[in-house]
Amino acid sequence: MNNQSSGKKGDILLEMRDIVIDGYSDDRWHEIIKGVDLTLRRGEVMGLIGESGAGKSTLGLAAMGYARAGCRITSGTIIFDGMDLMKKSEAAKRALRGTRIAYVAQSAAASFNPAHQLIEQTVEATVRRGIKSEAEAKADARQLYRDLQLPHPDTIGERYPHQVSGGQLQRIMTAMAMSPRPDLIIFDEPTTALDVTTQVEVLAAMKRIVDHFNTAAIYITHDLAVVAQMADVIKVLRYGETIEDADTRKMLAQPEKEYTKSLWSVRSIEKPEERSDDVILRVDHVDASYTGSAKVLDDVTIEVPRGHTVAIVGESGSGKSTTARAITGLLPPSRGQILFNGKPLPPTLSGRNIEQLQKIQMIYQMADTAMNPRHTVRDIIGRPLEFYLGLQGKERDRRLLELLEMIELNESFVDRLPAELSGGQKQRICIARALAANPDLIICDEVTSALDQIVQKGILELLLRLQRELNLTYIFITHDIATVKAISDQIVVMLQGRVVEQGMKSEILSPPYPEYTELLLSSVPEMDPDWLDDLLKARGEAASTPN
Amino acid sequence: MTDQDKNTVEESTGLGDEGYSAAAEVGLIKARRTFSENVWRGLKSAPPSALFGLVVIALYIFFAIFAPWLAPHGEAEIFPMSYAPWSDEFIFGTDQLGRDVLSRLIYGARNTVGIAFITTLLAFIIGGGLGITAAINNNGWLDNLLSRSVDVLMAIPSLIFALILLSMFGANTLNLILIIAVLDSTRVFRIARAVSLNVVVMDYVEAARLRGEKMFWILYREILPNIMPPLVAEFGLRFCFVFLTIAALSFLGVGIQPPTADWGSMVRENAGLIQFAEYDLTAALTPMLPAAAIALLTVAVNFVVDWFLHKSSGLKD
Amino acid sequence: MHPVIRTILQRLGLGLITLFVVSLILFSSIEFLPGDFGQAVLGQAALPETVAAFRRELGLDLPLHERYLDWLGGMLTGDMGNSFSGRGSSGGSDRSRPVIELLAPRLANTLFLASMAAIISVPLALFLGITAALYRNSIYDRSVNALTLTTISMPEFFVAYLLILGLSSFTKVFPSLANISPDADFWERAYLTALPALTLTLVIVAHMMRMTRAAIINLMASPYIEMADLKGASKSEIILRHALPNAWAPIVTVIAFNLAYLVVGVVVVEVVFVYPGVGQLMVDAVTTRDVPVVQGCAMIFAATYILLNLFADIISIITNPRLLHPR
Repeated sequence: MNNQSSGKKGDILLEMRDIVIDGYSDDRWHEIIKGVDLTLRRGEVMGLIGESGAGKSTLGLAAMGYARAGCRITSGTIIFDGMDLMKKSEAAKRALRGTRIAYVAQSAAASFNPAHQLIEQTVEATVRRGIKSEAEAKADARQLYRDLQLPHPDTIGERYPHQVSGGQLQRIMTAMAMSPRPDLIIFDEPTTALDVTTQVEVLAAMKRIVDHFNTAAIYITHDLAVVAQMADVIKVLRYGETIEDADTRKMLAQPEKEYTKSLWSVRSIEKPEERSDDVILRVDHVDASYTGSAKVLDDVTIEVPRGHTVAIVGESGSGKSTTARAITGLLPPSRGQILFNGKPLPPTLSGRNIEQLQKIQMIYQMADTAMNPRHTVRDIIGRPLEFYLGLQGKERDRRLLELLEMIELNESFVDRLPAELSGGQKQRICIARALAANPDLIICDEVTSALDQIVQKGILELLLRLQRELNLTYIFITHDIATVKAISDQIVVMLQGRVVEQGMKSEILSPPYPEYTELLLSSVPEMDPDWLDDLLKARGEAASTPN
Repeated sequence: MTDQDKNTVEESTGLGDEGYSAAAEVGLIKARRTFSENVWRGLKSAPPSALFGLVVIALYIFFAIFAPWLAPHGEAEIFPMSYAPWSDEFIFGTDQLGRDVLSRLIYGARNTVGIAFITTLLAFIIGGGLGITAAINNNGWLDNLLSRSVDVLMAIPSLIFALILLSMFGANTLNLILIIAVLDSTRVFRIARAVSLNVVVMDYVEAARLRGEKMFWILYREILPNIMPPLVAEFGLRFCFVFLTIAALSFLGVGIQPPTADWGSMVRENAGLIQFAEYDLTAALTPMLPAAAIALLTVAVNFVVDWFLHKSSGLKD
Repeated sequence: MHPVIRTILQRLGLGLITLFVVSLILFSSIEFLPGDFGQAVLGQAALPETVAAFRRELGLDLPLHERYLDWLGGMLTGDMGNSFSGRGSSGGSDRSRPVIELLAPRLANTLFLASMAAIISVPLALFLGITAALYRNSIYDRSVNALTLTTISMPEFFVAYLLILGLSSFTKVFPSLANISPDADFWERAYLTALPALTLTLVIVAHMMRMTRAAIINLMASPYIEMADLKGASKSEIILRHALPNAWAPIVTVIAFNLAYLVVGVVVVEVVFVYPGVGQLMVDAVTTRDVPVVQGCAMIFAATYILLNLFADIISIITNPRLLHPR
């Protein structure tokens, strides 16, 4: 039984008009989507981009006539293959879900039932609606696993979700969506949680399979480079409204609206590098491990020049955050030492005196969890002023205002709680908190990774300005190459607890590259729509031609 | 988009004419309300069960505080007629020694509720303090020691354990408070530790540690303010449990001792009247009054806690 | 060794250690007796020499570890010493009976009562709890919720006396005193036990139903349940195929927890109905500070409680897919 209706490529598959969706929070209904239109043709991939809170996920789910708990589709028409989903019964809509419209969620690990085998869950919808028999569906599933380049495609289906890695789960979820040969798949930020090198493989697999089966897709993401690879058309969403709709190549080359232009321009900051030999911090042949098990840091040596920025790059598990913990004293090294201004620092936090604690400060990735939700801005920035500098009362408030000005905010913020600040403002307060201690060195642990594009740019510019004015030294931990280009003088590349490469930015970022750096750099998606295809071709050639 | 719309979008980005400005950024800002505003809003949206509960609790507190002025006779004042029927002078009759039941009921509010409250408070101070400390230690030696000890203590059902300890040390009010407080502190320990663990792994606690803050400051200023809602709810639930346990022990004769007016023992003292139900209904109801008083307060507290939990967990239905 | 087997053995070990510690605590209850204890048991008229002899008989002058091992050995073989009651101020133990003789028949009675309550309450509570969770916020759910909330707020003796008033004093359906003689047959027993069992059932059902409901609601909020919905599964499919396999662990935990609660509730109910069980025995013993009897009863209760919790733990382990299918 053929699942797809007989439509030709290019026909309109999905037409959503004037969609209004409300969400319930803070005791009342707010509009999340404020009258959006969306048109999708067969075989077409639409990239739905926007910042967090723009409503992309909600809109994507609405394409199958589904509203999450706490949301309701208030008005509009959703015409899927000629049927108005708003007028259909729940049973009719359910018949479409999982078979003609499929959904791939952001978190694969949470979306699989821990009690059932993977292959059972892959073919569940297909078998239930009688599209294929169980045996056929399973054989087909194994072929899909093979197409998605999963290891051991014939047996991986018999495993359980917790026995398989994140990237593999994401691909299996794609197979699950593909199994009934749907007309439309909605991909909801499927690679956001994955490492850069894994992401490339998963993107390639998804693209291949969508092309092969001529499936239409809505690809939701906030990563512009990824959307450039996957989508034929792009729709930009902001605060529940459409900003711009265009063909991918056209939008990349000639964006029309201010907002779209600003999104593209973010990646253009680049700090001119400077060399220096005045070393403020030296991580000297450090080994470290948690509770005596395997080493998480192995003979790590890093030199950080005063007043400059060293970026530590690597994927999850590379040891970059662990190095930060060793420097701050949270994880004492089992071998080697940390030298600050030439003198060794006591390895544990409790061994350090107040001046030592003061000189090295840390800023975290998630400003939400880095600030106590019950403390006002005055408490947050004021505490280090009291604790380190002994400032009280009026003096403390005066310095507080100075710091607020330094981070480009003003007096009106003093009594606010973190919940009353935007993402960028929160991170600025965290920066001010670090500055309040008058430090020499600030460790920035993925401080821009959780922020939206425009806000990232603002924070990076702020950090650069502060460095110039106050002669601050930064250790910038990140996995994003664009950020590295923007902010660093030197780069350290880490892999599995070891330093793989170290040197000036210009040296590291130009060829010839050692193998891992090559892999890392080339896996970062670029804004060129052909990037993914070119990369796969290049890797395929590299694989087939022996070195 | 019209020009007006464009302006709105640009303003809300922080993208004004001068370009991007952090101060002008708008986030999903929750309106800040003062404490009293919050309380009033809460009351307005409360279901009838919760309002009923609040009224009942207020009434009990009132009776507990003003007992000496409200009771018609003394707590242990003995009159020459025992088991007197309900009358104008003794509204609910007298008990087996000739004491006025109504007066003892009113004083019972003070005693039973008061003792239960003190016990719960004590359990919270002990269990809460140790629980948060264990969470700060987070799988260190102190945490493991405390958790294992609590596991063992909780392996014995509390009523039984209370009975054992009371048989050892003798049944008087002070022992009762101490024993129940210690036994109940184990439950408080568990929940305090669980909610504190959620907070302890937050970056802001690590930031405080990195600053060099002492343990007490972290406990009091970083952790405590963030775990209040679940702890407040738990206080209500624990109070109910303690209250019922003390009533049960008093009913069994090993709790609060006479002549102190206590609802649990009053039930026991007058239980014999029940068999006269078909002859004199009011007499049979006399022992039920203190029992009903216990049940009413517990129901009221449970309703209020239920509503509080519902609000603070923000369950979307 | 398979992780499941290893974890089960660990739990068993923990259970044994807990029993051991409990026995230490019980044993030491003699240890910490206040000085005037001997006096309190034997009465004011007892002579100092009699009190001293009494203490010697209890073995209070032997070294600690010897005493403990003696006592433990006795406990395991059923010799729990002799009851304090029946000792006159002469200090002689001729009329005091071995604790085990007092316990055994009452244990049978208590088990009978508890089983009756359990058999009715478990299926009823599960049914009510699961249906309430699935039809959340319906009139059914709300009324069942209100009803059970009221029930768990009432002290057991209140429920007991209400039932007596309703079903015994006025309507004479059931007797209010459960005078079970040792040679009563099954149906007579059941009739006499009906009211106490009903009381216990009401209380347990209320607790168990609420906990089951909470567990199921928690389960239904998991992301994989939403995913099943997005794949087009119907409500019954979601429940049977997706939720149920993951529900065993929390449900069994709830049941075991409440059966353990039964152990405690039994005490008050037995006192109200004057039911000849272990609970009533223990309360009497506590009032007269008859320590050997208290120890014996407490040991029984504690062991049952620990075993039930152990059972729940093991079921959770067995139904956990991460342990069943290791990486």
